[in-house]
Amino acid sequence: MRFMFKTDYEDDIKLFPHGGYIVTYGILLAFLAVAPFVLSSYLVSQMVFVFIYATVGVGLMILTGFTGQASLGHAAFLAIGAYTAAYLQQYNVPFPVYFLVAGVLTGVVGAMVGFPALRLQGIYLVIATISFAFIIEEILARWESVTHGNEGMRVKALQFLGTTVSRDSPSFYFLCLAVLALTIVGTLNLLRSPTGRAFVAIRDSETAARSMGVNVSLYKVKSFAISAAITGFAGVLFAHKLSFISPEMFTLQLSIEFIIVILIGGAFSPHGAVLGAIFIVMIDPFLTYLKDDVPGMIAAVAAAFGAGAEMAAKIQSNVAAFASANGLKGAIYGVIIVLFVLFEPLGLYGRWLKIKLFFQLFPLYKRATFKRQKIYVKSERNR
Amino acid sequence: MSYFRAENLSLHFGGLKAVDAVSFAVEKGEILSIIGPNGAGKSSIFNLVSRIYNPTSGRIFFEDQDVTEEPAFGIAKLGIARTFQNIELFENATVLSNLLVGRHRHSTTQLWQEILFLPSVRANEKIHRRRVEQVIEFLDLEPYRDKLISGLPYGVRKVIELARALCTEPKLILLDEPSSGLNVEETDDMSFWIRDMKTELGITVLMVEHDMTLVNRVSDRVIALNYGKVLAMGSPAEVQRHPDVVAAYLGA
Repeated sequence: MRFMFKTDYEDDIKLFPHGGYIVTYGILLAFLAVAPFVLSSYLVSQMVFVFIYATVGVGLMILTGFTGQASLGHAAFLAIGAYTAAYLQQYNVPFPVYFLVAGVLTGVVGAMVGFPALRLQGIYLVIATISFAFIIEEILARWESVTHGNEGMRVKALQFLGTTVSRDSPSFYFLCLAVLALTIVGTLNLLRSPTGRAFVAIRDSETAARSMGVNVSLYKVKSFAISAAITGFAGVLFAHKLSFISPEMFTLQLSIEFIIVILIGGAFSPHGAVLGAIFIVMIDPFLTYLKDDVPGMIAAVAAAFGAGAEMAAKIQSNVAAFASANGLKGAIYGVIIVLFVLFEPLGLYGRWLKIKLFFQLFPLYKRATFKRQKIYVKSERNR
Repeated sequence: MSYFRAENLSLHFGGLKAVDAVSFAVEKGEILSIIGPNGAGKSSIFNLVSRIYNPTSGRIFFEDQDVTEEPAFGIAKLGIARTFQNIELFENATVLSNLLVGRHRHSTTQLWQEILFLPSVRANEKIHRRRVEQVIEFLDLEPYRDKLISGLPYGVRKVIELARALCTEPKLILLDEPSSGLNVEETDDMSFWIRDMKTELGITVLMVEHDMTLVNRVSDRVIALNYGKVLAMGSPAEVQRHPDVVAAYLGA
């Protein structure tokens, strides 16, 4: 058990409360630094997707986790970032410029969505953001002179300082890692300054926030803008990683995946965004694995329990048909969300904190320690 | 001119006159209590002052500035802070960050400076932190600094709400039933703190309260309301002897 002796107000402000953090994050950083050179190219590619999803997750967390404004429109923000990059790239605009323009433009669009959203709460806000996402999707499909419509757009490899950074190169990996790291540090900085505290205040009680002098409308718009801008930056990386973008990539399904990232990771800390991103990126290969191998395994088990060869083959084909049924992925997402909301509203990171506390307090841990501390995204109360 | 005054303040919900042409004044450095039976319009007056409701008619002045022209979030900037009858704390944040939100009106840094956490932001944060620590010391909240509000007992939350209001460094503080839900000992503490706020911090106090012991102990003047109208105004003893007040409470 570690006891913290604080002797300076600085102790409450600094990002790493004690030396242990520097050691753990140092080891993590060292691992991430060598990973692209030792891991298989498939895993490295998956890690790049983790970084991009985690960046979006942190952006969404600022809006939903900290300001309490739910959004199912973040796929649209990602699309705006991606299409801005693809469009500007055609005119040989250098990477740093279109990267910044994409982020700023998405931020401005986010603020514009934020204004009408000021009057909406809870489920109505969700509906408004969904409709925004549909509008953007439709614009991308119809505005052919700019977006090439449903044909989609090819995104050339990233050019930076005269060198070509291919989407599978270690340099691109480090670029995505750097964007994620800067996003997280910026978010943590925000959270320990007045703006971040105002966001949290709005989430928990708008009435009280107002009476403390927080301009609730202004801060909601700010939150929308910051959240959208981060997603826009991630969109540029997303476009480069996929090297081809089309409207049907930025659907409601993707927005739901982003919600899952923060819901399953834990919506109260950037750790959660990273854990959630790992989850969402790895679930696809996992499901593919299940689809390929599980029917055979079940058939083998059935055979071992005395089912005839014909019966086993029938079971195998039935299970395989079920596993490749349309919409199974959506159903699995749904089940996972329900289970997490019911049993672990704090997400994977919350679970990790509990495990950590269990060992810190061993053998004095009480199950009731976390009884009262369920965190909900409150948005219906106190308008 | 009075320090704070309400002129002909009315708040009507359809035919219901929650507040009906109420006028009163608070002098600088005074503790004024508003008493009255349930539904007399006490909390409505507070909600009018903190701009949660728009008055049907009438105006409110603080230091000769028209409060009714300010938006709700502008009230804190004028130097008016309040607590709520049903505690309105930021449940899923620590006590420290709750109190630091109270410092919001004193923050001067820009968004981009905060994202980079420039030295100016750091310096400001330390100033905020020091001010918050002074309030923590004033209200004996030392054991709770890093606790989440959601895990704290009611009595402590009540004090934290008072602390958050004090963190704004108000000139006028509105206390909505500061002793409701507190036990005898906690109510005693509360009465000392309200006195200290006046004598040590020089804050003017406007208070809604049901506990007459507390009212008698701390108030300089008392206003009695019923059905949105002022029944009596004066020293605590005078008001309690006033026949209309006796009638309102005992139904005689």
